[in-house]
Amino acid sequence: MAGNASEKWQGGLRGWIDARFPLSSMWNDHLAKYYAPKNFNFWYFFGSLALLVLVLQIVTGIWLTMNYKPDAALAFNSVEYIMRDVNWGWLIRYMHSTGASAFFIVVYLHMFRGLIYGSFKKPRELIWIFGMIIYVVLMAEAFMGYLLPWGQMSYWGAQVIINLFGAIPGIGETVAIWIRGDYVVADATLNRFFAFHVVAVPIVLLALVVLHILALHEVGSNNPDGIEIKKNKGPDGNPIDGIPFHPYYTVKDIVGVIVFLIFFSIVVFFMPEMGGYFIEANNFVPADSLKTPVHIAPLWYFTPFYAILRAVPSIGGSSFPGVLAMALAILVLFFLPWLDRSPVKSIRYRGNLYKAWLAAFVISFFILGWLGMEAPTELYTLISRICTAIYFAFFLFMPFYTRMDKTKPVPDRVTS
Amino acid sequence: MKKQLLAILLALAPACVFANVGEIHLQQANIDPNNTQSLQRGARLFVNYCLSCHSASLMRYERVGKDLGIPEKLVAENLIFTGGKPGDLMNVAMFPDDAKEWFGTLPPDLSVIARSRGVDWLYTYLHTFYRDDSKLTGVNNLAFPDVGMPNVLWELQGRQEPVITTSRGHDGKEVKTVTLELVEPGLLSPKEYDRAVRDLVNFLDYIGEPAKHERRALGVKVIMFLLVLLVVAYLMKREFWKDVH
Repeated sequence: MAGNASEKWQGGLRGWIDARFPLSSMWNDHLAKYYAPKNFNFWYFFGSLALLVLVLQIVTGIWLTMNYKPDAALAFNSVEYIMRDVNWGWLIRYMHSTGASAFFIVVYLHMFRGLIYGSFKKPRELIWIFGMIIYVVLMAEAFMGYLLPWGQMSYWGAQVIINLFGAIPGIGETVAIWIRGDYVVADATLNRFFAFHVVAVPIVLLALVVLHILALHEVGSNNPDGIEIKKNKGPDGNPIDGIPFHPYYTVKDIVGVIVFLIFFSIVVFFMPEMGGYFIEANNFVPADSLKTPVHIAPLWYFTPFYAILRAVPSIGGSSFPGVLAMALAILVLFFLPWLDRSPVKSIRYRGNLYKAWLAAFVISFFILGWLGMEAPTELYTLISRICTAIYFAFFLFMPFYTRMDKTKPVPDRVTS
Repeated sequence: MKKQLLAILLALAPACVFANVGEIHLQQANIDPNNTQSLQRGARLFVNYCLSCHSASLMRYERVGKDLGIPEKLVAENLIFTGGKPGDLMNVAMFPDDAKEWFGTLPPDLSVIARSRGVDWLYTYLHTFYRDDSKLTGVNNLAFPDVGMPNVLWELQGRQEPVITTSRGHDGKEVKTVTLELVEPGLLSPKEYDRAVRDLVNFLDYIGEPAKHERRALGVKVIMFLLVLLVVAYLMKREFWKDVH
């Protein structure tokens, strides 16, 4: 009886909406009848986790904006005001600062998943490209957000990165001034970065995430075996190896979300600075354009690229080659779908060549990340050059070693 | 090679100073943020010895009283010397221009000093003032060479003289180490002074992040809740996935 009544009511309202808006069909297309491979493993949590962190950042960001003052004279103190006098301000702020690093951890793991299971390969090239654009936009978002607390590291980090644009021959200095709106990082810079960080870039990010997911749902998800589940359909027309995303993966992702939140909470509540990796000690000194800190390093998620920048020697006193190398290091990732010529997707059926190259690439990336935080010495520069060479070699030689690699036969059905 | 790198860095960051400022072995502060009495003593030391030159302008007297269990009446009588109200911020009555003239630099606000310097550095710094007649203040500091601040705690600590010993390092080069020797005892014994500085640093750590105590307490509850939720969510997942083969 009760079930009947509610069904009738639900149907009525739903029917009314469905006649005017594709509510049920959207629900079915993207959740209830979106068939995802049943063999997702650990690595498949990070997509939904990235979405979770995005929402966390937007919500905490909105609340921070209510008390933050984008003004060079007030910004630093307004952040501390949030930490002290705003109810739950400290929690909102720490969630946001931890969320920034968590976003990159999750995104890096998500990208690594793509690398090991060949998720970027045909027919998912556009998903990868949208994802790469998200990654680049996310870097801009994080970079501009880091200026807002207006501490010494905020200020000098921004100064160093913006000066990179100054290294572009000819137009560099003009571009740098155009970005800053002043000859040095100043109030004008803070205001425009605030506008971009809280309005412009988040809108772009959200739009890109929609495109990323729409493209994914068009072709369907890859899986740890790198098999197209749509090739094996049952009599009902649904993939035999697929299960509806909702409820199966929604309940599974809830478990992943809770595990993530436990780690997230450990940082937020017990180590919000994360030993200086998430919040730097020097950022508790208000920005001072006359006092350059002894050691300026970007936050950890930029350091691999920063190390590449420093590894490349300057030509004629211009650091442009380094800047170019850094830009190329990111740009080359976009071409991954066409650089990889392997007939198989997943690392499970690839040969040792790809595995060895991928391992070398990942190790180099970690070493570069570490070197980017350290002050340069002769030895470190040598190591960073070797790692930079490996980083680029991974991509440049990919068309060759992926073709030469001895692959294993791929099964018809997913393995469990 | 090194020159090139240096050139890049210099180009990137004008006026970058490469110096190992005050790189000395830091003493352990060993503060106990849960020790309210220590924090109360630290508050007293802070308002008596620091607050005349250094502000803590992000902190309110009222909050200190509330968090450290000091009744409002006692806060007004023992902590506020500027004639302010409990709700006021802990500012100083000194004009910035005067401060610059007297000390050569503006004494920094100490609200978040423990977060930028670290408690061990502060503890060491307050222990390593020594006599140096070449300085206007008559003292220098091992942790912060050529610091503009006089040793305001000298009456508690006493006076220290530097003792320079030369030894050979493992690479055969001469290594000069400076140790400090107490030549004139202060009002406190060295042990009592250690405790006083520990209390003061504890207080500085507290004002650096007044919500720390609340943060940790809430964290335990949040994580316990999440662990329970994890069990429920896992059981739900297992139930739903029973029919997936």
